[in-house]
Formats: sequence, structure tokens, C-alpha cells
Amino acid sequence: MDRIKYNKYRQFKEFAIRNMMLVLTIISLTFAVIIGISLYYKSVPILDQQSLWSLLSGRSWKPLKGEFGFFPFIMGTLWVTLIAIIISLPLCLLSGIYLSEFAHPYIKKMVYPMIDVLAGIPPVVYGVWGILAVVPFISDKLAPHFVEYSTGYSVLAGGIVLAIMIIPLMISVFIEIFGALPGGLREASLSLGATQWQTVKKVVVRKSFSGLAAAVVLAISRAFGETIAVLMVCGNVAEVPKSVFDPAYPLPALIANNYGEMMSVPMYDAALMLSALLLFVIILAFNAISRLVLIRIERNFAL
Amino acid sequence: MTSSLQSEKMQANEDSVILNELDAGSIFSKHKPHISVRNLNVYLTKNHILKNVNLDIPDKAITCIIGPSGCGKTTLLKTFNRLLQNSMDVRIDGDVLVDGENIHGKGVEVENIRKKMGLLSQRPCPLPMSIFDNVAYGPRIHGIRRKKTLKIMVEKYLGEAGLWDEVKDRLKSPATSLSIGQQQRLCLARGLAVKPEIILGDEATSALDPISSKKIEELFLKLKDQYSIVLVTHTLRQAKRIADYVVFMYLGEVIEAGHASEFFNHPKEKLTKEYLDGYFS
Repeated sequence: MDRIKYNKYRQFKEFAIRNMMLVLTIISLTFAVIIGISLYYKSVPILDQQSLWSLLSGRSWKPLKGEFGFFPFIMGTLWVTLIAIIISLPLCLLSGIYLSEFAHPYIKKMVYPMIDVLAGIPPVVYGVWGILAVVPFISDKLAPHFVEYSTGYSVLAGGIVLAIMIIPLMISVFIEIFGALPGGLREASLSLGATQWQTVKKVVVRKSFSGLAAAVVLAISRAFGETIAVLMVCGNVAEVPKSVFDPAYPLPALIANNYGEMMSVPMYDAALMLSALLLFVIILAFNAISRLVLIRIERNFAL
Repeated sequence: MTSSLQSEKMQANEDSVILNELDAGSIFSKHKPHISVRNLNVYLTKNHILKNVNLDIPDKAITCIIGPSGCGKTTLLKTFNRLLQNSMDVRIDGDVLVDGENIHGKGVEVENIRKKMGLLSQRPCPLPMSIFDNVAYGPRIHGIRRKKTLKIMVEKYLGEAGLWDEVKDRLKSPATSLSIGQQQRLCLARGLAVKPEIILGDEATSALDPISSKKIEELFLKLKDQYSIVLVTHTLRQAKRIADYVVFMYLGEVIEAGHASEFFNHPKEKLTKEYLDGYFS
């Protein structure tokens, strides 16, 4: 006869493992909070001295004179990210659709691993390639048609390199999302006599809209924070870019280029910490807002 | 001389009609075949799924395809509207004739074949839009734009599917807010809205509660005057309740096909008899 008595050892193991996992989860989440708090703490000196608004809207960055205007950097970040998304989104959407809905299984088998390889290339490689290929292309071939002079180290170069970097990421997430849809959904539409394109447009994309949007948010967050590749091709001039052929200086590049140097300049490290905090808050806010918008959309469009 | 020859011929014809009626296939004297399958072989990734299937599906009647799991019922059904080609690695030999036209022939537009057949899948699969838009989806993709026409159609087909009274006040709400039985009737209405000639049902009631599946069965019985209905079913009792014509498949082959009463009461094949008696299922 099997005993049904309480097995203390086994129950303890169950209890211990469950709680250990809980603690580990809490720890990993706490890091985000700790980072946020310490960034704030470190940037308090400059916030005490100048108002947040004057820091955010200031256009002049002269640390030696104590002028810390973040506006050029914020604009640089936004410009580069915007251009990267404009370039990569349509491309990724269409190739994601092609690969998951239209492509022959043989093509899929060939292409999927290649996308993963692309996603694994280190950013610095993309940066070097940007310097060797994208920057000269812009300064020699593209810019002369639009502006008088451009070194090529520009918002556009940053955007293109960034786009190329996030393309494999976005495509593979898009493919995952399309693949997760129930197959019956496509069959339902096709069996009514819809073409494949009609099915994609009206059913597949619609049904996966929230997933696609979440993937784009993820890509944008990634683009915001991408440092080295952008830093290498952007020109890093602390001025608000007037056209896509002007250089820019995104926030991550500012931190990476200057941290550890000129720390004797008063307020300098507080200013850099504030820029890190800004980056942190922008990404946090962006994620939160897009999540709220998504919930709204899902409710209103009967998805 | 000639008249006697003619009368002899007529006599022979009558004989053959009587003979045919005795035969299990007598249903075709009243209902001409709507779908004819000739020497159909289907391979899925080198597995021989359908083996030399020959079959006639009668017009304006309910045909039930029965057989144990994995015998190729669903594959056969999906060959009819060419949904099978959508999945990978399929080879299809042989002919499927719908109204005498080969659906695998040259110059056949696959969308037109599918428009001829409404598909009701195992689990209801509402499209991600409102109840109204689900029914209007088919007409819209086939070019109907006028709001008024769409409204009339939606009401008509929701009515035919017995759902109008339940949803008429909430046509704008998402289709997923319906119960699963209602969703299945919505899918039926959606299928009817493209004016098909054939309704294909792939175990269309297996995911539903008894009351909902009874409703669907009643709908089939009502609709068979206008449509040829082909149902794959797992439950023998359902086939007994509603079938006019029964096809029994086993391991990719059609073992026996015949008029429902003939089939259930006097099965010809030993395998059929064993299946009906419940030796395997």
C-alpha cells in the first residue's frame, strides 16, 4: 500500500524552489529601480542649480562655461531614431509578410538562419561598415543633390546604420508574430475566396496588429539606446540638426564619448548622469505610453 | 419494328433505373453528382495520405464522410477547395471535378473554386472584426461596396444561420464576444454570404455543446435544399441523424460509399460492418 502521508522533505523542496525563483525575479526587477534612483541621485547637483526646463530646452553645450543645454542631444536622438524607423519599418513589415505568408518553405529554411546571423553581428561592425560605405555614399553621391556640403557624418548616416541594425531584429520578431496566429484564421479568409494578399491585409496584419506595434516599440527602444554604431557615423556635433545631412549628437553618444574625461569640470558628471536619466525616462515613458495606446486600440477595434 | 425496338430500349432503361435504385448509388438518379473525385492520390511529405480515391458527391444532399482518426477525411475535404496546397510539401495526382470542371486544371483561379464552397472548420474561427464585418467580409472582397446591400446581405445570412435574433442589437461588437456555438453559426453565415454552392464541414460540431451542435445540425437539414453539404464527422450517430449519403474511409481509402439507409442497414464490406458495430473507432 502506498502511503499518502505528508512528505516533509518533498514539500520543503517545492516551497524553497518556488520562493527562490520569486526572490530572483524581484532582484532582477529591482535593478531597474536601483539604476533609476542612483541616476537621479547623481544628477541632483545640476538639477539644484538649474531648472529642468532650462536644461532640456537649452541649445548651448559649453561645460567649461557651465552651460548644459540638452536640446541638441534630444533632437539628435529623436531624428536618428525616427529615420531608422521610417527606413526599416516598411521594409521589415513587407519582408516579414513575404517570408511568413508567401515564401516557399525552402526559401524560409535558407533565410531564417541568415537573419539570426545578421542580428548577431556586433554593433561596432555595423559602425565600421557605416564609416566605410554609408558615410562616403552620402557625402559623394546623395548629399550634393540636396545640400551644398556634407561630410557624410550625419543624421541620415546614423539612421541608415541604425535601420540596418534593427532590421534583422524586427523581421525575426514579425515572423514570430505572424507564425503565432492560428492557421484556421487564414483558412477562414482564404476559403471565402480571398486572395492571399487580401487575407494578409485584412486578417493577418489586423489580428497581429498589437503584436506588431509591440515589436516596433521594442525596436524603437533599442534604437534610442544604441550607442557605438551611431556614434561612429553621426558626426557628434552638439547642434540641433537642420536637415538629415547635418551631423547630430545623440544622448548615448554624449555619455559614451565624455564619461571619464574632463571630470574635473564642475557639474560635468552630474550633467552626464542627467542625460543618462533622460534616456532612461524617455524609454520608460515611451514604453508605458505605447502600452496604454495598445490597450485602447485593442478595445476599440474588436481585435 | 422500330417502335418495338424503342419500347425495348425504354424497358431496358426502366430496368436500369430500378436496378440503380436497388443499388446503393441510387441517390444519383435524383441528385446528380456535384463533386466527382477520380483516381485521387495525395502525398504529404512523402506520406501517402489518400490512396486512389474515387467518389461522387451528390448535389443538394448531405454527404457524411466517416472513418477513424487519421484516415484522410479532412485531407479529402481540403482537397476540394484546394486549401491543402497552402501547407507545405503536397503532391496531388488525379482529378477533382466540380460541376464537371477539373479544379486542378489549367487556368483555374483558386479563389473562384473556394468561393463556390463555404468551409466550416472544427473550431469556429471568427475574423478579428465585428459581427457585421465578419459576414460582410466575403461580399466585400468580392466587390460589394454599397452599405445598403451589405446590410441586407448580413441580415439575410445571419437569419439563415439562425443567429440574427440573437445578435441584431450588437452587430458592432467583436465577433469574439459571442459564445462558441454562436461563433460557429456566425462562421456559417459568413460562408453563406459569398453564395457558395457547396458547404464543407470539417467536424463542424465537435467543439460545440450539445445544444449548439443540434442547432447546427438542424441548419444543415434546412440548408440541404439549396446547397450540397459535405461533412466530415467523427460521430457515427451524427451521420445517422443527418446523412443522405455516407462515405466510409479507412487508412486513406474509400471502403464503401452509399445511400445512408442502405449503408447503415446493409453494409457491404466487412470493415464497414465492423466500424458500425464499434469494433474500432
